[in-house]
Amino acid sequence: MQLSKDKLLDAYTRMKKIRVFEETMRDEFAKGTVPAFIHLYIGQEAIATGVCVELTDQDSISSTHRGHGHCIAKNSDLEKMTMEIFCRAEGLCEGKGGSMHIADLSVGMLGANAIVGANAPIAVGAALKQRVLGENLVSAAFIGDGASNQGAVFESMNLASVLKLPALFIFENNGYAEFTGIDYHCGGGDIAGRAEGFGMPSYKVDGSDFFAVQEVAAEAAERARRGEGPSAIECIAKRWYGHFEGDPQHYRTKEELETIRRDFDPLIIFRQKVEDAGLIENNDLNLIDDELSNQVTEAVEKAKNSPLPNVEELTTNVYEKGSY
Amino acid sequence: MRVKTYREAIIEAMMLEMRRDEKVFIIGEDISGGRGCGDFEGEAAGGPMGLTQGLWDEFGAKRVIDTPISETAIMGAAAGAALSGLRPIAELMFSDFFGVCFDQIYNQAAKFRFMYGEQGATPLVIRTMIGAGIGCGPQHSQSPYSIFANIPGLKVVTPSNPYDAKGLLISSIRDNDPVMFCEHKSLLGMEGNVPEDAYEVPLGKGKIIKEGNDITIVAIGQMVGITQDCVSKFEEKGISVEIIDPRSLSPFDEEIVYDSVEKTGRLLVIDESNPVCSFGSWIASMVSDEVFSSLKAPTRVLTPPHCPVPAAPNLEAAYLPDLDRIVEATDYLTNYS
Ligand SMILES: Cc1ncc(C[n+]2csc(CCOP(=O)(O)OP(=O)(O)O)c2C)c(N)n1
Ligand SMILES: [Mg+2]
Repeated sequence: MQLSKDKLLDAYTRMKKIRVFEETMRDEFAKGTVPAFIHLYIGQEAIATGVCVELTDQDSISSTHRGHGHCIAKNSDLEKMTMEIFCRAEGLCEGKGGSMHIADLSVGMLGANAIVGANAPIAVGAALKQRVLGENLVSAAFIGDGASNQGAVFESMNLASVLKLPALFIFENNGYAEFTGIDYHCGGGDIAGRAEGFGMPSYKVDGSDFFAVQEVAAEAAERARRGEGPSAIECIAKRWYGHFEGDPQHYRTKEELETIRRDFDPLIIFRQKVEDAGLIENNDLNLIDDELSNQVTEAVEKAKNSPLPNVEELTTNVYEKGSY
Repeated sequence: MRVKTYREAIIEAMMLEMRRDEKVFIIGEDISGGRGCGDFEGEAAGGPMGLTQGLWDEFGAKRVIDTPISETAIMGAAAGAALSGLRPIAELMFSDFFGVCFDQIYNQAAKFRFMYGEQGATPLVIRTMIGAGIGCGPQHSQSPYSIFANIPGLKVVTPSNPYDAKGLLISSIRDNDPVMFCEHKSLLGMEGNVPEDAYEVPLGKGKIIKEGNDITIVAIGQMVGITQDCVSKFEEKGISVEIIDPRSLSPFDEEIVYDSVEKTGRLLVIDESNPVCSFGSWIASMVSDEVFSSLKAPTRVLTPPHCPVPAAPNLEAAYLPDLDRIVEATDYLTNYS
């Protein structure tokens, strides 16, 4: 562990922000204030964070239907992102996209995506900037275990491999695609192994452990920046809640849901590691906790009190202004 | 009267047909749910919208086939199975996902009969959910049936109520060509009379929902109910409206529309698809071609505007044709001179 204290505090902040935000969204959904289905990222905080701390604003990510965590980890504006989830006029996408389509191009967040697997080629497209313009950049696609079975994902890996593009395929293996387990849906069961077949270095790591993810993400990102091509990282983690809020999860046992909170909490694992190594005082982290809880509450209140888009905006944003 | 929901009617049609013919099976994502989840044995979901509930319990893994998320393989395998003598029902969870797998539908399944010189049939039903209205956003709310209807070889069905949903699905399963069966997500909970037996509602036969003399309104899918909700407004204004539900778009019951327009002299179509090259514009063009001399006013097609379906609930409400727009268009046509 050679990370600076600042970097560690930054990582903790991003992970904890995701946790607090998603718990708050869960409450809001239960209260009926959220205008659409939401898919929570809780349990997978270390993956988005472990990858995104190795990226700059010039680097890109493409995300999934479970995209709130990726947005936060990529340092999207929390208030504007919250407004988008509430479909407000001042949201990142002016209320047109909502939870499943949040994008923040200003920080290289190329969008959550409601078409499973569709984000993989988009990340490969961003990676083309290295080849075409010689830009030194990395582009990461977050891909679920379920999404890993899409043709678009296989084609993307192959394309990135043959063109040696600076793409990272981050597989978030949380064991489920909706209500179907990985033991059923993934032939061979080895997502990292499949990626390796495309001729790229591939890793399989504990996705509940920030340090495990960050270490290989750093290595893969460096390799990509050197122009040596793509890598794949399969991160094994747990989805704490249902596929979407409201999923009764008949297919999971009580014991499973209890043990994952005890044994696979990325925040507890992080705290233990930094405290055991004497890197950060407990109190520093507690201060962050308090600050974040205020920040999130404020963002949600502000979003709920901000206006929906004007109805005249329905037909704007379809084409470039004045061109149609 | 036996009251069932649109959702229950769809499930019942599949159950009856699967009992009748062992070659009928269903394939799709999470259609039982719970496969590969440790020791879990039963049906976890019956689809995210519960549209396949109970099938697993009766027919099991042999004929209720959960799949990985791989629409190209699902649609292609279903097309191949149909060409090989099985009668698949393939579920495309949201019609918006057709973009992932359309080759297998429109270059493969839809063309087998023609390009293989009638050597075999492709008795394939693709059940898929369409429509706006419940906050699903730009990639889960579209109604691409006009695109489907554009493809020779594909049949396209758009049930607007539980009775038709059951009868049309039974006919679609018994049909020997590929059928895109478009279920509207806003209608899943709608209740109506659904008889117990395995009755057919024929493809290509429209239905007069309400008789009238002043104007013909052809409404598609969810728009049928929205138009029916306008009836008291029309009556207040003393306008006698004839409402037609075509029920299937391909094949399309042209005669029922021509006969009606010959009587009323006016045509309004209410269609949820994008306006450019919408199915409604095709109906209007056929009417202009065939019964022009009966028309007392130009034809009109009401659709959403030329934009994706927005996430914001107020924008989504403004997106869909509603009572005000329907009444305004009706006024315009009936006052036209
Ligand atoms: C092309 C496509 N097929 C199916 C769906 C429906 N769907 C949404 S999320 C999902 C499961 C995704 O599983 P996974 O990739 O493991 O991501 P996770 O939900 O576990 O984050 C499915 C089947 C979709 N949105 N798009
Ligand atoms: Mg998953």
